[in-house]
Amino acid sequence: MSTLLQIEGLTVRHGQLVALRDVSLTVDPGQVVAVIGANGAGKSTLLETVAGLLPAERGRVLLYGGKDVDGTDVTRLPAHRRLRAGIALVPEGRRLFPSLTVRENLLTGQYRKRPGPWDLPAAFELFPWLPERANQRASALSGGEQQAVALARALLGNPRVLLLDELSLGLAPVVIAAVYRTLPRIVAQGTAVLLVEQDVSLALRSADHVHCLLEGRIQLSGAPAALTAEEIEAAYFGVLRGAS
Amino acid sequence: MIWVDAILQGVLAGGLYALFACGLSLMFGVMRIVNLAHGDFAVLAAFLAYSLISTTGVNLLWAAVLTVPVFAVFGYLVQRGLLNRAMNGGALPPLLATFGLSVLIQNSLLQGYTADSRALSPGRIGTASLQISSQISLSYLELLILGLAVLVLGGLEFYLSRGRTGRMLRAASDDPQAAGLVGGDPRHLYGIATALAFGTLALAGLLFAARSSVSPSSGPSELLFGFEAVVIGGLGSLWGTLLGGIALGVAQNVAGQANPAYTLLAGHLLFLLVLILRPEGLLPRRRLA
Repeated sequence: MSTLLQIEGLTVRHGQLVALRDVSLTVDPGQVVAVIGANGAGKSTLLETVAGLLPAERGRVLLYGGKDVDGTDVTRLPAHRRLRAGIALVPEGRRLFPSLTVRENLLTGQYRKRPGPWDLPAAFELFPWLPERANQRASALSGGEQQAVALARALLGNPRVLLLDELSLGLAPVVIAAVYRTLPRIVAQGTAVLLVEQDVSLALRSADHVHCLLEGRIQLSGAPAALTAEEIEAAYFGVLRGAS
Repeated sequence: MIWVDAILQGVLAGGLYALFACGLSLMFGVMRIVNLAHGDFAVLAAFLAYSLISTTGVNLLWAAVLTVPVFAVFGYLVQRGLLNRAMNGGALPPLLATFGLSVLIQNSLLQGYTADSRALSPGRIGTASLQISSQISLSYLELLILGLAVLVLGGLEFYLSRGRTGRMLRAASDDPQAAGLVGGDPRHLYGIATALAFGTLALAGLLFAARSSVSPSSGPSELLFGFEAVVIGGLGSLWGTLLGGIALGVAQNVAGQANPAYTLLAGHLLFLLVLILRPEGLLPRRRLA
């Protein structure tokens, strides 16, 4: 299968700090790719750069699709143009619009939507409790409910690539499981998912391919089944057990 | 009976305050920009309409039909070309930029039109009135202005609460970066908010000049009434702004009935009272949970 999203030699700097160094990875259609790593490894920076919130110092973000053999270079596009190209981010902290109702939050996701299978009824089917909360203010929802609304809002734009930043952050395990259970249905509609996750076992269970970031570099890559716990631990912490 | 009349006249005057102030409320609500040149832009619109009428001979209605859309486009350009850039530097640069515009407009108008005040003739409607009793008569022009104000504020409220773009304006007001993540360009959305504000302030400027008169230096005092209407009504609420404008108008007219010297003072006192007793305004925006 051909590549959908290609990240090539991405380097991102926060002032003096180099947050990402020469990161390259690809995401294929219908694939779930997870990026794991400790706090400050550059996971969120990676997604924010791909979504267009942060500028890249070097490297390219390319989006392929349909007859677009050479790919569209979206590296210099602002966030709202990337969304129209098919990249949607569910940001860390969810970032719902607090003064809008749940329904209004969802409708903002359709503001510049692309053609595709996701509409309001489809979102209501994915999260059956949504309709009865639709007229409440988004800020009145629990964390897990807000996360679901943020996910649905991004889906309503019918993205080709969905970027998920720490879906599990601050949520109870049962809620996390419920949110993650929706992933296969999202991918089944042809959307590719690039997610970052601090919860390593969760990432390994959900992803087809995993990259481990350490201090802004990709330290380890592979299919979850092909990686041993020791390899992942070494890449995650940057030390080998018993080596010191 | 004269008190009833004073109250009714106050309500009528309040409509225009509200129409003028809703743009201030909108720009502050969406972008947190306080437009210090709001009054001067309204005066500029009135003077441009004056020139248009005196050179081409069109009536006030046609002047408004031409001026309002031109000012809306002008507002969009001011936002995209100037205020968006100023906003990158924090809250202070836009304040300074609009203060600069205020000085620029006042002095250009002084240069171009002298310090004389000008009025726009509304035609026959300007002198006709609805006789309710021997002591109460309501000017058709003022009734029309109040009707227009209700219509414009109602339309804006509907646009913001139901419209696709209106919803995005509220979203951008909450979180501009997140609005970008759902495909809305904050710079464009801000431009639309300012376009709406400029359209309404141009209409208000023409009506100020039709109801009484404007001079190149009358912008800042109009701005003060606008601020007071917005704050009395409650920041960010358009119906609140209408209520605030009417409260201001009624306070001024009732006090003016007692003693004309107290007209303006009563309005300012009401403003201070609201600030002390009910700082969120009479009809604040629905509380965020």
